[in-house]
Amino acid sequence: MGVLVYTESWNGSFRKSTFEAVSYANETAKLLGTEVTAISLGKVNDSELSKLGNYGASKVVSIEAVKKGDSQGCTNAIADLANDASAIIFSNTYTAKMIAPRLSAKLKIGAINNVVEIASNISPFTVKRKAFSTKAIETTKVNSKKVILSISPNSFRLIETGGSCIIESVESTEKGDVTIEGQETLSGKISISEAEIVVSAGRGLKGPENWGMIEELAEILGGATACSKPVSDIGWRPHSEHVGQTGKAVTANLYIAIGISGAIQHLAGVNSSKIMVAINTDPEAPFFKAADYGIIGDAFEVVPKMIEEIKKIT
Amino acid sequence: MNIVVCISSVPDTTSKINFTENGSNFDSSGVQFVINPYDEFGLTKAMMLKEVSGGGKVTIITVGDATVEPVMRKALAIGADEAIRINMTATDSYSTATEISNYLKSNPADLIITGKESIDYNGGAVGGMIAEMMKLPFINACIGLEVNGSKTKLIREIEGGKENILANLPFVIGGQKGLVQESELRIPNMRGIMQARSKPLNIIEPTANESMTESLNFKKPAEKGSCKLVDSNDVAKLVSLLQNEAKVI
Repeated sequence: MGVLVYTESWNGSFRKSTFEAVSYANETAKLLGTEVTAISLGKVNDSELSKLGNYGASKVVSIEAVKKGDSQGCTNAIADLANDASAIIFSNTYTAKMIAPRLSAKLKIGAINNVVEIASNISPFTVKRKAFSTKAIETTKVNSKKVILSISPNSFRLIETGGSCIIESVESTEKGDVTIEGQETLSGKISISEAEIVVSAGRGLKGPENWGMIEELAEILGGATACSKPVSDIGWRPHSEHVGQTGKAVTANLYIAIGISGAIQHLAGVNSSKIMVAINTDPEAPFFKAADYGIIGDAFEVVPKMIEEIKKIT
Repeated sequence: MNIVVCISSVPDTTSKINFTENGSNFDSSGVQFVINPYDEFGLTKAMMLKEVSGGGKVTIITVGDATVEPVMRKALAIGADEAIRINMTATDSYSTATEISNYLKSNPADLIITGKESIDYNGGAVGGMIAEMMKLPFINACIGLEVNGSKTKLIREIEGGKENILANLPFVIGGQKGLVQESELRIPNMRGIMQARSKPLNIIEPTANESMTESLNFKKPAEKGSCKLVDSNDVAKLVSLLQNEAKVI
C-alpha cells in the first residue's frame, strides 16, 4: 500500500502547487506508514523530476506520451499504477479537475476536492474542505477504503525533506478519443489561483485605460492581476481575470482590492486569502468589514504612492 | 442534435449561508434558489446550438426532490424542450453521476453539458464521472465549442491560457463563462414562462443511490478581526504594516 501523487508540469516545469501536493502526499504517507510515488505525465527532464524527492517522493514514474488535455488517457495511465495505492493526491489544477472525478468513477474510490488540511482520520479518510465558495468549511469522509484528494492551492505548506527519489520511465499507450491541437499561453503570466499576491481592481478604476498602475503594482510585488465580475462583464478585462463566487477562487497570502466595493459574491471567492487590503473612496464599502487593512481614499492617488513606497523596499 | 444539460438548483449568489444548529445540514430557510450559474452558460449554449442547427432537442436533467422544480421550470422557460427529474435527494457527486449516466445509457445524447462545478458544494465532479461511466471524452472549463458535423473544435481554459482540442460527438463538457458571454444569457419572457408550464417535466425513480462520500458537518470560517484603517496621506505606513506586521511583502 502506498500513496500516489499526480505531479503536474507546465512546459516541462513543476510549480509550487505541485510541490504542495507532494508535501501533502508525504504527510499522508507518514500517517499510513508508507511511501510516496509521484506520477509525471508529459515531457519533463530528469533534473526537474528529481526535485520531487526533496518534498518526499521516493519514486517518480514518468510517462511522456500521455497528453494533459486527454482526460481518458491520463486517467487510464494513472489507474494502471493505482492498484496498491491507499490514497491518490492531486493539486486542484484544471487538468486534475478532469482526471480526479474520472478516476473516482473508474476505481470506485471516494474523491474529495478543495481539501485544506491533512486527514483527521485515515479509517475512513476524513478531511476538511472548502464549500459554498469558501463561505463554509465542510468535514467530509469517504465511504471507500481508499481515497482521492485534491488539495486547494496555497492551503498546505511546502515541507522540504532533503530526500531524493529514483526515476523510472514507463511507456504507455493509453489514449482517449480527443486530439490536442495545441496551447496558447501568455508567457510570464502568474496564475491567479496559485499566486501568493493578487492585485485586483473594480469599477472604481473608471475604465480599462487605467489598469497600467494595477499591472505595475502587481509586477513589482511579483503577483497576478485580477478583477471584479462587472469589470469582466463589460469587457474592460478578460474573463480569465474575474475572481469571486462565479469566477476564479483566490487563496493568496495578500489580496489587494482596489475600487472594489466587496459584494458578498466577490468576497466569497477571495476571503480565504490570508491578508486582505481594501482601497476605496467609499467608507461604507462592505470590503472594509472583510479587510485586514484599508485606506479610504482615491485609488488614483493611493496606488501610485504604494508603487513608489514598495519600490523603496524591494 | 440531441443535447442533455445537467442543471443544479443552488442558493442565489447573494445568499448568506447558514447551517442547522449542529452544523449537520445547509439551512435553506429564506434562501432563494437559482440555476447554478455555470449550468446556465451551458443551457444557453445548448439553446444556441439547437437554433443554429435548426432542429434537435434540449433536455434538462436534475437529481433532486420536488423542491428543485421551480428552478427546472425556469430552465424550461429559458427554452429547454423537456425536463427529467430523478427523484432522489442528491447526496454526493458519485450518486448524482450514477443516476444521470444510467438515464443516458437508455436515452443516448449527442452532447452532455454540465457546469464546471456547482456553487454550493463545489464538488466539480459530476461531469467527469458521467464521462467515465459513459466512456466518453470530457472537456472541463470549456470556453469554446464549435460543432461542424460530428467533428467539434473545443477550447478549455488552462493555467495562464487555453488549450485547443478536437473531438467527435458524443462527449461531455463542463461549462463556464466564455462558453457563451454573460450578455448572451437569456431572461425568461412571459411567453416562455407560460409555455414552460405545459412542457413535460418527467419524474423518474433512482436506480442505484450509492454514495462514495458523506458530509459530516459544516462550519463557517472564523470572523475576521476589525480592519486597520490607514490615512490616505500615509501610504508608507500601509506598506510598512504589510512588510513588518503582516509580513506578506
